[in-house]
Amino acid sequence: MGHYQWNWAIILEEVYGTGEYYYQWLITGLGWTVATALSAWVIALVLGSLIGTARTAPIKWLATLATAYVELFRNIPLIVQLFLWFFVLPEVVPERLGLWMKQDMPLPEFFTAMIGLGLFTAARVAEQVRTGILALSRGQKNAGLALGLTLPQTYRYVLLPMAFRIVIPPLTSEFMNVFKNSAVALAIGLTELTFQMRQITGEYAPANPIEVMTMVSAIYLVLAFSVNRLMAFIERRVQVPGYISGGK
Amino acid sequence: MQLDWSAIPRAADFLFEGFKYSLSLTAFAAVVGIVFGTLLAMARLSSIKPLNIAASIYVNLFRSVPLLLVIFWFYILVPLITGYDVGAERSAYVTFAIFEAAYFCEIMRAGIQSIPRGQVGAGQALGFTYGQNMRYVILPQAFRNVVPLLLTQTIILFQDTSLVYVVGATDLLGAADKIAHRDNTLVEMYLAVAVVYFVISFSLSRAVKALHARIAIIR
Repeated sequence: MGHYQWNWAIILEEVYGTGEYYYQWLITGLGWTVATALSAWVIALVLGSLIGTARTAPIKWLATLATAYVELFRNIPLIVQLFLWFFVLPEVVPERLGLWMKQDMPLPEFFTAMIGLGLFTAARVAEQVRTGILALSRGQKNAGLALGLTLPQTYRYVLLPMAFRIVIPPLTSEFMNVFKNSAVALAIGLTELTFQMRQITGEYAPANPIEVMTMVSAIYLVLAFSVNRLMAFIERRVQVPGYISGGK
Repeated sequence: MQLDWSAIPRAADFLFEGFKYSLSLTAFAAVVGIVFGTLLAMARLSSIKPLNIAASIYVNLFRSVPLLLVIFWFYILVPLITGYDVGAERSAYVTFAIFEAAYFCEIMRAGIQSIPRGQVGAGQALGFTYGQNMRYVILPQAFRNVVPLLLTQTIILFQDTSLVYVVGATDLLGAADKIAHRDNTLVEMYLAVAVVYFVISFSLSRAVKALHARIAIIR
């Protein structure tokens, strides 16, 4: 450690022999991280809400199917899931589709990461949504039905608006997780932030890994903090009067 | 396409080596993480300001960055600091113990905070010192309250050890990957790994659920 040559300005230097600068590489990485995390989050929210709701529905086969989805996607590590989507799926689908996925699909790493991470996170969102619905008192559902609402209407106008507000804190954690988990996509070659850090510290700036790692970690901290603030803002806007979390 | 499932029994020995590493990494990180996490939780709840702040920074730092990034930190930093090339497998022990401590800390903190305040007062009234009070009154109850959460986190930890693949360690996934590339059996190997992780994680989470129902304290 004694001979470590500190150089915080490394970030402004040109990457040897490429005509590009280190900060440009990190910005590209940040772009892919944000794009992957946000698009995966949209998939996770939509699909997760449907599956979480289905798990509470009084329709046996639908609830069973939704439970199977959650168990399957929760009990296999994310990196293995990404490998299954990226390497295994093209081999087991009909040959022409598999060839297209391997050769002609645009941005294969990005779309695989987006869908893989989205489906993985959907299982976790589903669990939060289900918990939210189950946390409501039974009277709410009965009241909706007694008013003559159909079951879907009861969900739409009575149960879900309440459930979603209750689960904002755990959803905040999941939203932050999506950013952190997007780093796993480096394993299938997506040039996101951690991939770029690895690239820079490994091959191009082996003398200054600490500075680069510190900067990348700081970027993740800023991302996590921004998500946290955004969700806190939403939580304040939609709070329900009379509930503990809703103040007065 | 033709799948060659006999590739799996042929590679069984090497896969088992990788699997044993995954298990030992999980066990080590869980034990050290819980002990260190409990100390961190006590620090976070302490009235000594600097201790409290230091523990909060530690926990929030590790909970805000990706585990994968932390794996790279230690993979690069441990040799830089110690001057020895310790290798991916050994640096992962350090990484996981330190990283998981932050998560176990939050679980233990919730456990300690779930104990009624009167219990602390009762311990003090008996003449227990802080350490005795923690050891004989608070921690045993807190621990019991959060055993299901600690086990659930350990199952997540077990799945997360697969990430050491990225620094080239030979865990279950790493072993399967090496065989897969040597014999060109990607499909068979990755599917086999997925099945192993699923069967283990699924059965353990079922067991935790059953345990939770049994030990829940009724108040």
